[in-house]
Amino acid sequence: MTSGTISISTNDLHCEFGEVHAVDGITFEVQTGTLFGFLGPNGAGKTTTIRLLLGLLEPSSGSAQVLGYDTRTQADQIRLHCGALLEQNGLYERLSAEENLDLFGRIWHIPAERRAQRIQELLEKMDLYERRKETVNSWSRGMKQKLAVVRTLMHNPQLVFLDEPTDGLDPVAAASLREDLVDLARQHGVTVFLTTHNLSEAEKICDQVAVINKGKLLTVGSPDELRLQKSAHSIIVVGRGFNEALLAELRTFPDVEKVELQDRHLVVYFKQETDSGNLVQFLAAKDVMIDEVRKGKASLEEAFLSLLEEQA
Amino acid sequence: MIQDIATLIRKEWKEVVFHRGGGRQSWISMLILLGLLGVYLPYLNGTDWLQNPMALFTWAWVPLFMTIGLVTDAFAGERERHTLETLLATRLSDASILFGKIAASVLYAWSISTSCAVLAAITINVTFPNNGAFQFYAPAMFFGGLAAVLLIAILISSIGVFVSLNAATVRQAYQKLNLAIMAVWLIPFILLQTFPDKVQSLFMKVAPVLDAKLPLIIGSVFAILIVLDAMALLLAKKRFKRTRLILE
Ligand SMILES: Nc1ncnc2c1ncn2[C@@H]1O[C@H](COP(=O)(O)OP(=O)(O)OP(=O)(O)O)[C@@H](O)[C@H]1O
Ligand SMILES: [Mg+2]
Repeated sequence: MTSGTISISTNDLHCEFGEVHAVDGITFEVQTGTLFGFLGPNGAGKTTTIRLLLGLLEPSSGSAQVLGYDTRTQADQIRLHCGALLEQNGLYERLSAEENLDLFGRIWHIPAERRAQRIQELLEKMDLYERRKETVNSWSRGMKQKLAVVRTLMHNPQLVFLDEPTDGLDPVAAASLREDLVDLARQHGVTVFLTTHNLSEAEKICDQVAVINKGKLLTVGSPDELRLQKSAHSIIVVGRGFNEALLAELRTFPDVEKVELQDRHLVVYFKQETDSGNLVQFLAAKDVMIDEVRKGKASLEEAFLSLLEEQA
Repeated sequence: MIQDIATLIRKEWKEVVFHRGGGRQSWISMLILLGLLGVYLPYLNGTDWLQNPMALFTWAWVPLFMTIGLVTDAFAGERERHTLETLLATRLSDASILFGKIAASVLYAWSISTSCAVLAAITINVTFPNNGAFQFYAPAMFFGGLAAVLLIAILISSIGVFVSLNAATVRQAYQKLNLAIMAVWLIPFILLQTFPDKVQSLFMKVAPVLDAKLPLIIGSVFAILIVLDAMALLLAKKRFKRTRLILE
């Protein structure tokens, strides 16, 4: 194994709950120091995968290594070096924010002085330091979520699992958390494994994403690769001089599936991957003033939806 | 391991017993207990309190019931308040989590018992002074009582943790444990009802006088308690399976 560069690797991992195949033979690797996004619709098996990786559930078959430790036999080591924000934030609501963080500092044997420093540092970053003495049950959902996120970082883990970390955060807080996560990976070499339903978020920050549905892994790759792989075959021509007759003529091209004119943007969809040179020549011959021609690219969301559609 | 257990004890006391909001009730019931068993009853009974083994049944026995609230909360409470999985995802080992929970409740009961016993001795010395001579329990009774409290608290707490592991809610755990405790509670009463004379005479024998058989009797009671403790702890340990806990 090329340990040292790979933080998570799973091999044909399965987890069954009676009839339900929550995780159905997934195999993937996560490089150290990267942000890995685990995407999938509700009930896809994301949370179950995190539980398996932390050794909180036993796989029905297959295996997984986290930081080089086996999830079945060395889960204590995994939990020692990882931080986790699970589906439920797990905060002790009757304790104050400070006491919550202090507890986790104690659990990880951080000396008192360092603990106090770290609590201040983390709470200040989240703008919660002023309110550290309040019991958590009086806090808003987003404030709790922020606290739960920084709690996972209390002991400077090498790897953090975050199950929907930006859930409940306002746009500003979500953006700032995203920045922090990127910083964590780039500056500190921490591996971040996160699940999210927010695809534009994954597109912005993840180095690699995996799409899972009904327990099966549909694809793994960088957001760019995924978008290319699934992009509708189309080109966008920006220019002047388009008219209905021209559009009608374009529709008769054998490879063309659909033509749309949106303002000054002409979008041509092909039935398959096609060289668009002929089409551009044709337009130029028809006296269209072309400013720009570019390949249409699907968003990650479109790629995601088309993947799910294909599976169904 | 010791450090982890201490961390958990601290957390349990802070979160379950003395938390802001419900903590005041815990303080009040603790003060009432201390007032009753440490001041009022000793004051009524006079110096006899330090000598009569029956007094053991108050300061040693009653605080044991303080464990119930804490121990039923152990896992059922974490489950109910959705904190169990996050706790299980920390570096804490199975043993530290389990024994931390048990120790929190044992030490709670034990420290209340000890405080009641010491406070009672102070009350007696203040209200019934014996020409300046310090009056205290017979050492065998004092230390034997505290040892018994410790062993019984371990027994109740391990059973309680076991029940709590099997319960979905605190309320359910509480009801189940109460049923179990009630059985234990009733046994001495039934004995007392059925054989009033024998029990009475037994108590007479168990006076702090050096009866020839006393060490033997006490010794075997302790031996039985130790065996029961070990069994209850083992049972709880066996039941505590991390990879099964979050499924329930
Ligand atoms: N403890 C359990 N017992 C039985 N079935 C379970 C259990 N946990 C999860 N499942 C099932 O496994 C499947 C995957 O669930 P999981 O929680 O991993 O989904 P998810 O991808 O995290 O979904 P979401 O986005 O809604 O959080 C679901 O069908 C769910 O019903
Ligand atoms: Mg989930």
